[in-house]
Amino acid sequence: MKKYNFKKQSRIIEFIGEKFIAINAFVALAAVLLIFIFIFKEALPIFYDEFIQEEVTIEKMIVKQSFSEGREAKFSWQPNSDNPRYSLLPLFIGTLKASIVAMLFAIPLGVGGAIYSSQFASKKMREVIKPAIEMLSGIPSVVLGFFALIVLASILQNIFGFTYRLNAINAGIALGIAVIPIIFTISEDALTSVPESLSDAALALGANKWQVSSTVILPAALPGIAAGIILGFGRAIGETMIVLMASGNAAVISASFSDSIRTFSATIASELAEVVFGSAHYSVLFFWVVYFSYSHLS
Amino acid sequence: MIQTVSQKQVHQDITSHFEKKSSGIIPRTITLTSVIIIISILAFIVIDIFYNGIGTISWEFLSSPPKNGMESGGIFPAIFGTVALVFLMTIAVIPIGVMTALYLHEYRNSTSKVTRLIRIAINNLASIPSIVFGLFGLGFFIGFIGTGIDSIFYSSSRPVWGQPAIVWSALTMSLLTLPVVIISTEEALRTIPQEMKDASYALGATKLQTIRKIVLPQAMPGILTGAILAINRGAGEVAPIMFTGAAYYLPYLPHKLNDQFMEMGYHIFVMATQSPDIEATKPILYGTVLVLLLLTFSLNFMAILFRYKLRTRKVRT
Repeated sequence: MKKYNFKKQSRIIEFIGEKFIAINAFVALAAVLLIFIFIFKEALPIFYDEFIQEEVTIEKMIVKQSFSEGREAKFSWQPNSDNPRYSLLPLFIGTLKASIVAMLFAIPLGVGGAIYSSQFASKKMREVIKPAIEMLSGIPSVVLGFFALIVLASILQNIFGFTYRLNAINAGIALGIAVIPIIFTISEDALTSVPESLSDAALALGANKWQVSSTVILPAALPGIAAGIILGFGRAIGETMIVLMASGNAAVISASFSDSIRTFSATIASELAEVVFGSAHYSVLFFWVVYFSYSHLS
Repeated sequence: MIQTVSQKQVHQDITSHFEKKSSGIIPRTITLTSVIIIISILAFIVIDIFYNGIGTISWEFLSSPPKNGMESGGIFPAIFGTVALVFLMTIAVIPIGVMTALYLHEYRNSTSKVTRLIRIAINNLASIPSIVFGLFGLGFFIGFIGTGIDSIFYSSSRPVWGQPAIVWSALTMSLLTLPVVIISTEEALRTIPQEMKDASYALGATKLQTIRKIVLPQAMPGILTGAILAINRGAGEVAPIMFTGAAYYLPYLPHKLNDQFMEMGYHIFVMATQSPDIEATKPILYGTVLVLLLLTFSLNFMAILFRYKLRTRKVRT
């Protein structure tokens, strides 16, 4: 009798335990869903709220707006002026400039480093490279931002003589440093996971080591390397602290990389603290977050 | 005789062919340059921060609050806030992360629809930019849950929970670090041999007992790795706490869950961007950066050690 009770009791505990674990397992799912629902909810008023539409619509964010009648229409980001304008072009260009510089900087270094580490490096060399990359990825982004703001900007200005100390190149290089570990790690994984049978076959056909690397391993690893680059690009777009500190935060439209820039993420970070809850400006900021999160999913 | 000569020649031919470096020397140097540049960037950053920061660090710097508008004094409140934040975050994220990994690995097979759905969610969560977590924390934890608690339990018009607070920052940060914990716990669960679990079942243990007595102790290094990596991430991220609880300057330490707090990363950000006299705050700024960097590097190092332990065990079994 006693034994039976024990079993029953343990079965109940078992049941509750399993359900409890299952509930916890759904936290991640719930979090993702809540994040999307919440952000959509805050952004949606742009499409239907009349008060907000007086100030800003999707059309007004894309088409040129003038400050007042008779003035020349421009693309400008001036949410706090008397006649607020929310053109997304300056910010889009800023984001693009920073990410382009970051990728131009990080791809050769990240992919090159991965090729060296997986194809040429001796075991000892690899034991130096891997921890170095791990250390680089361990540097918090606010420290990189600080470094770019205080040290890198001065160095670059001394070398190139930029008019603006904080500019797209400065922010882009700092972003690039943050992106290198991602590109390196994923590319290296892709390069080392090419099946040995493939390279053995090429060696048996008389190819030398570099021929094997360049004609067999690299093409086979290319999709993986591309994935690493795309992930790195995503990180460069989403990264906030570095661009907030090192880009100058001026929403100007220009083709020059030595001008200050303002990115989407930095705008959200610097303006959201001051906007009025539920205002047009608030909705616009959230509207970008939607755009932002989706660019990541793809 | 003739045979050996020809064999030798063939051998020489083959080895010289394999060791022919002329075709590989250019890509080798180019890629080596990449590696050298990466390592010199790292060395430059670390040396610069050590060189400029080491002079500031003293017991007084670590143990006293900032004075004279951050131009002198120490960073104790920021260190305290960071520790409190990651402590609360760890309490929230470890149980949830470990249980998620257990559910995915022990209760469901890897091909079921539920597993796949949760895995997609985890991957998504890992790829959402950290600033979005900050917005979510502001809107959901403070705007929805905090304000909700206020409207139910408190009648005063002043917000009690519906304001930036350390508990909301910690919860936001725990969502951000959840994927890290899940992934490293799962990595550990995968190394536990099925025979051990089978033996436990054969002795009459239930699933829960097996998990408690066999699976969890074995997965400990992985869970610890996850915890350390999560703490590392949590100590370094600033974007998620900017709106949810971090304060520029507070005269007191946080002692309730709904207090605001100072944090090292945020402290660096504020001092670097909003200080009226950057030259005067520079030594303190460098000192704070060095403390943060030492903290994250040592945490990283610990994580690498634990992971190494886990890997070597995998070889043994």
